[in-house]
Amino acid sequence: MNRALQIIIPIALGIAVLALWQYLVRAYQVPAYVLPAPSDIWIAFTENFSSLMASLWTTLSITLAAMALAFIGSVLLAILFLQSRTIETALYPYAVILQVTPVIAIAPLILIWVGLEHINRALLILAWIVAFFPLLANTLLGLKSADHNLTDLFRLYGASRWQILWKLQLPTALPNMLAGARISGGLALIGTVVAEFAADSGTATGLGWRIVEAGNRLEIAKMFAALALLSLLGIAIFFALSLVEYGLLRRWHESALKKQV
Amino acid sequence: MSALLSLSGVSKTFDNGVQALSGVDLRVEDGEFVSLLGPSGCGKSTALRLIAGLLKPDAGEISFPGGKPETGFVFQEPTLMPWRKALDNVRLPLELKGVARKDAEARSRRALARVGLEGFEKSYPRELSGGMKMRVSIARAIAAAPKLLLMDEPFAALDELTRQSLNDDLLKLWREDGLTVIFVTHSVYESTYLSSRVVVMTPRPGRVAAEIALSPPAKRDASYRLSAEFSANAAKVSAALREAMA
Repeated sequence: MNRALQIIIPIALGIAVLALWQYLVRAYQVPAYVLPAPSDIWIAFTENFSSLMASLWTTLSITLAAMALAFIGSVLLAILFLQSRTIETALYPYAVILQVTPVIAIAPLILIWVGLEHINRALLILAWIVAFFPLLANTLLGLKSADHNLTDLFRLYGASRWQILWKLQLPTALPNMLAGARISGGLALIGTVVAEFAADSGTATGLGWRIVEAGNRLEIAKMFAALALLSLLGIAIFFALSLVEYGLLRRWHESALKKQV
Repeated sequence: MSALLSLSGVSKTFDNGVQALSGVDLRVEDGEFVSLLGPSGCGKSTALRLIAGLLKPDAGEISFPGGKPETGFVFQEPTLMPWRKALDNVRLPLELKGVARKDAEARSRRALARVGLEGFEKSYPRELSGGMKMRVSIARAIAAAPKLLLMDEPFAALDELTRQSLNDDLLKLWREDGLTVIFVTHSVYESTYLSSRVVVMTPRPGRVAAEIALSPPAKRDASYRLSAEFSANAAKVSAALREAMA
C-alpha cells in the first residue's frame, strides 16, 4: 500500500462516519443532551474557543512538564541503579509499587497534601508518577544491554566509568529510552486528566476539568469538543515523539531501516 | 629476538566451575605471528583475554619483560558501535586516550585506507557488508599503532574468499608495522597460512599440547596456498591437533 493511501483511507472513513452520525442524529431527532450532531459540537467548539484553548494549553504544559521531569528523573535513577546493585535492589520494588497502584487512587491523597490551591502542582506530581516507570524500566534495560565485547574494548583502552556511560551505555539505551518516552507521553496525558477528575474542583482549568464541568451542566456538545481536543493532543504528542525517534535513529538503528520487499 | 610476553603456569577457572586453562606456558617473541589453534572450548579466547588484561589469572603469571605494549583487540564479531560512522568507530581508541580530535581523525582516516576502506569513512556499520565491518574493526585495532595485536577468531563468520583476502591484508599489516600478532583460530589452514608458529591447545582444561614452528616463504599468496610446502605444513599442524584431541 502506498503512503498516500495510508493517509487517505482512515481520513475518508472518519469523514464517512461523521456524515452518517450527522444524518442519523438529524433523521431520528436525537436530543442534543444525549448525542449532539457533529455540527453542534463544532458550534460548541467555536463558542467556547478561548476557554477551550486556555484549557488545552494548561493540559499541554502540565503534560510536557511531567514528561520532562519523568525523563530527567528516570534517566538519573537508571544511571544510579547501574552503578550500584544495592541501590537498585533497595529502590526498584518501590518504583514498581508506585507504578502498579492506580493513579486515580493516589490522586485524593496527593491533592490533600499539596492543597487544592496548588492544583496544578498536584496534577504535575500525578502525571509524573504514571510517566516515570516506563521510562525507568526501558532506560535501565537499555543501559544494561551494552555489548560486553565493546565494554571490554573500552576497558582495554583505559576508559573511565563516565566514558563508558556517556559513549557506550547511553547511546545503546537511546532506542529503549525513546520507546519508553512514547509510552510515557500518552500516560502523562492520562495522568493529568485523571488527576483533574479526581480534584473535581473549579480550581483546575485543564481539559479534564472542562469535561467534568460540561458533564455537570449537561453541555454534551462542549464535552465532545473537549474530548476531541484531548484526542488530538494525545495524537500530537505521539507523533512529535515518533518524529524525534525517527530523527535520532534513522541513520543507524535497525528499527528505522526500510526492508527491501 | 626478545620475549614480548610470557605466560608461566597460567590457570583460570570460571565461577561456574569450568576450568578454562590449566598451567599454560607460552612465550611470544617480538614480531612473531603466533596462532592459538584448538577446538571450541579449549580456552583459546580465555588466554587472549588474560593477555589483554581483561581477565585475571587464578594462578601463574603473565609478564611483559619490556613493559606492557600498546595492544589492539579484534573480536569474532566486528563489535562496532552502530550509532557511529566508520571513521568515528575507528577513532575510539585514540579518543579514549585523549588524542586531539583532528589528529585522531587523520590517523583513523589512514587506518581505514590501509584496510582498503577509503571512501567509506562516513558509512554507518549497517551500510557495510560483513567483510567490510571486519575491516573497520581491524582499522580500529591498528589506529592507535599497537605493538601487540590480539585476534579472537576474527574471520570465522566470513565466506572463504573474503577470509583469504583479509588474511593477506593482515599479513601485510603485520609485515609493514612490525606487529606481534596472537591469532586464535580453529582452522588448520588459516593458522598454517598465517603463522610463523602454531600453538596447539588441548580442550577442557586448555593446555599447550604442541608448538610447531613454521618457516613460511617471504611471499605468501595464492600460489603458496597450492604449494606442496603448504600441504606439508598443514599436515604437520593437523596431525598435532589430532594428537591433542586424542
